[in-house]
Amino acid sequence: MLTSRPVLPAVVIGLVIWMVWGTVRSGNPDRNAVRRPPETVPQDLSASVQRVDAALSKHWATEQFTPAEPARDLQVLRRLHLALVGTVPSLAEIRQFEADTAPQRIERWTERLLKDLRYYDYFAERLARGFVGTEQGQFIVFRRDRFVNWLRDQLEAGTPYDALVRSMIADTGLWTGVPSTNFISAAVADEVLDENKLAGRTVRAFLGQRIDCAQCHDHPFDHWKQADFEGLAAYYGQVQTSLVGMQDFPQHEFKVLNTKTNTEEVVAPSVPFHPEWLPSAGTRREQLAAWITHPQNRRLERAIANRVWGLMFGKAYLDPVDGLSDPPENEPDLLDVLGEDFRQHNYDLRQLIRVIAASRAFRMDSTHPTEDEQVLERHTQSWAVFPLLRLRPEQVIGSILQGSSLSTIDRNSHLFIRAIRFFRENDFVKEYGDLGDEELKDQAGTIPQALLRMNSSLIREILEPQPLGATLRIAQLPPTDAACVETAFLVMLTRRPTAEELAHFTEQLREVSGEDRMQRVEDLLWSLCNSPEFSWNH
Amino acid sequence: MTHSQASTAFSRRDVLRLATAWGLSFAAPSLAPRQARAAGPARPKSLIVLWMNGGPSQLETWDPHPYYKNGQAGSQVGKIKTALPGLEIADLYPQTAEQIQHLNVIRSLVSKEGDHERGTYMVKTGYRPDPTLRHPTLAAIVQHELPSDTLKLPNHITLCDSQWPSWGGYLGAEHDAFKVFNPGMGLHNLEMGVEKDRQKQRKANLSVLENSFRRGRVGQFAKTLHSETLHRALAMMDTEQLKAFDISTESETLRKSYGDNAFGRGCLVARRLVETGVRSVEVSLNGWDSHAQNLSFHKTNSLWLDPGLATLIRDLHERDLLASTVVLCLGEFGRTPKVNPLEGRDHWPTGFSCLVGGGGLRSGVVLGATDPTGQKATPQRPVEVPQVYATILKLMGIEPGKEVLTPIGRPMAFCAGKPLPELLPG
Repeated sequence: MLTSRPVLPAVVIGLVIWMVWGTVRSGNPDRNAVRRPPETVPQDLSASVQRVDAALSKHWATEQFTPAEPARDLQVLRRLHLALVGTVPSLAEIRQFEADTAPQRIERWTERLLKDLRYYDYFAERLARGFVGTEQGQFIVFRRDRFVNWLRDQLEAGTPYDALVRSMIADTGLWTGVPSTNFISAAVADEVLDENKLAGRTVRAFLGQRIDCAQCHDHPFDHWKQADFEGLAAYYGQVQTSLVGMQDFPQHEFKVLNTKTNTEEVVAPSVPFHPEWLPSAGTRREQLAAWITHPQNRRLERAIANRVWGLMFGKAYLDPVDGLSDPPENEPDLLDVLGEDFRQHNYDLRQLIRVIAASRAFRMDSTHPTEDEQVLERHTQSWAVFPLLRLRPEQVIGSILQGSSLSTIDRNSHLFIRAIRFFRENDFVKEYGDLGDEELKDQAGTIPQALLRMNSSLIREILEPQPLGATLRIAQLPPTDAACVETAFLVMLTRRPTAEELAHFTEQLREVSGEDRMQRVEDLLWSLCNSPEFSWNH
Repeated sequence: MTHSQASTAFSRRDVLRLATAWGLSFAAPSLAPRQARAAGPARPKSLIVLWMNGGPSQLETWDPHPYYKNGQAGSQVGKIKTALPGLEIADLYPQTAEQIQHLNVIRSLVSKEGDHERGTYMVKTGYRPDPTLRHPTLAAIVQHELPSDTLKLPNHITLCDSQWPSWGGYLGAEHDAFKVFNPGMGLHNLEMGVEKDRQKQRKANLSVLENSFRRGRVGQFAKTLHSETLHRALAMMDTEQLKAFDISTESETLRKSYGDNAFGRGCLVARRLVETGVRSVEVSLNGWDSHAQNLSFHKTNSLWLDPGLATLIRDLHERDLLASTVVLCLGEFGRTPKVNPLEGRDHWPTGFSCLVGGGGLRSGVVLGATDPTGQKATPQRPVEVPQVYATILKLMGIEPGKEVLTPIGRPMAFCAGKPLPELLPG
């Protein structure tokens, strides 16, 4: 049968070849990386990690859980790459990682990734989903692309998180020139700024709580009242779009229709708790920003700790990511431990990432000896075994692209990102099913995804033997059949084959040469891409 | 009150049940069973939604008013009589006029959402957008509640390009629609593109890889449904039922009658899918967002909608499938009664029209009316989208108020409206 969109694969192949060619033309793909000085790990990291581990271990001990064994280093490397740059590591990166045999090599590798251009791009998009969602919003006044680029630049500059939040809430100016204001303009619909939407989003994005239902009635299970919601919305009651962008107009009042009297009533800004955190000066938005980011506001740090945990594992520590209960009053939980450490490190997102990446939970294997399903489920819920989670479409296509090229696609990252964006807007992501704002939810796989991975012309053309492609190089370069199989496993699954797998696949290559051999290697790579191990984080 | 679990946190029993259902479906003969092939009202019910993306004008479709004068309200086209005595529709729809007696016209739909994305959400799900929850569309609910043991095709399919194709929401991604962008022109991603022996080799490879991954993760792996999904996909690649997508066996006369364009082919494929036993099909027609030159948009679209819709109704009726197939034709909102200075019409979520019928609904009912002068925004006998959906669900044997638990354990009714007594069979 015919494919309906024949242009896409051709363009993609073009891009891939272009990217790979760029790497080859400039000589040894690893040259830069090799020359880079070794990364240093912050001295106080192990102290931070110990506190996090202690919080979880204590819980496991109380529940009498048997935590899973530590995962192999390469498995952790795969998780790290998927979480921070959105693809599996390249063969070149695996080789480099393995060449480092000193202690703390994963910690050092994490530091390296935190300076990688791919990390800025990939993580900015993930954070943006939490802040402004994936809606395209109102044409012209909302520029999501500018917003993501701004976040990207802040990640590169290492801007503290509290400063980022203050910018988003309180900045004034044009959505193009001051891209942080897109947080505000994302709530413009039908040319009117929706203060309620902003209030709900502010609390969800920055405090990790849902007060949206308090817009119409008091919150069913927490302490949020309708008046709290309206009071918060009133902080956005003076901001409007103007010719010079987002501006505050002090004469404006926030009015709400009282449905009982059918009259409009002025609502004054108010916060639901700790009014003493409010500064006395500044615009309403600046006051709200200061209150949200007040160092004693545990909700801020708990919320971002929960979100970054979610981005690292694929699922938030407490689910849903923006539906946290009020902070525990007596004993601090894991989010408090992470949050406090984050605050003490000047709200540095990199610190949050490196602590989580070094935690025992992140380094845990995803297999567990128990056969009792309920026991296993409880272990998984408590992070005593690493969870299996579906990869996002960008991770799947990114990994297939990365796996089909033996060298790292990184110094051309602008092109690579363009390719990802290209996919985003095209059939792969669309057909695979972009999870939008809900990407940190536990989801099962779908039939279109299976069909797409197995049969799409895009995948077929990526895996076909072609100059510089992985298939041809894996078929020809490794000295033995076993080395050939091992290379294929490393590029796709970031691990070596088991004895059983090695026997199965070397048998297929034995004394086969020429075109037949290339087909067998193509089939091997195809099988690896379609294995459950490939499309699930584990 | 009954709660069923919509979460993907499957219990062992769920997984076994699913596996059994699917396992059985592999063993069953590939042709649809007699029950699915039967005609008449006894046949299991299906739903076809014709989605008018962008929001068609009620005035140039099913709710014409006297011709507009400069600056005033009214239609930009004339009216024609229909086979239903007393009912007139826009004269752009002569073929539909011959079939409309099989359907009902609602001229007083009201919604609170005047933005495309939010309006689409509201009209496809019956709920206003909620930042903390994604509701499933009507089509997703129907196929979730009416599974089939013998169907090897997906039970929820969208045809033609669509910006927001029907989704499963909190029911889970596995309930999203299977999307076919260009129906009747062949399918993509359903052939491996390599010879049989290589296909066999690849499948053998997969089972080796699956075995090693499952080791130590048996329970967790079962929950991913990876294996079941893969086998369903493989079964779909092999099934005779795929012929439902192939319209080349239909007579040229009929194909021409549906219209040789994406929407017309979509309507024909929709009929074939329903015949095969698929419960939910959505066919999209884009290009209704007529902020300027409203008349030209509506003239162009009527050339596709009129033959596609009319032939679908006639064809379903002639095959005695209409009694078991609900057909619903609507968009996210209507358009302003007044024509703007660009000769266009803007968004109008109060007082827009839809057609609904079949599946055992009464026919020939015209509900509600809008103000010909366009002064009053609220129509007579306003009908909310959830009321229409409650009617359809009830007709299809699904309790509209049935509550399911969302993944975070929040109970949520499929539909918040009450059925429209005027449309339900007596």
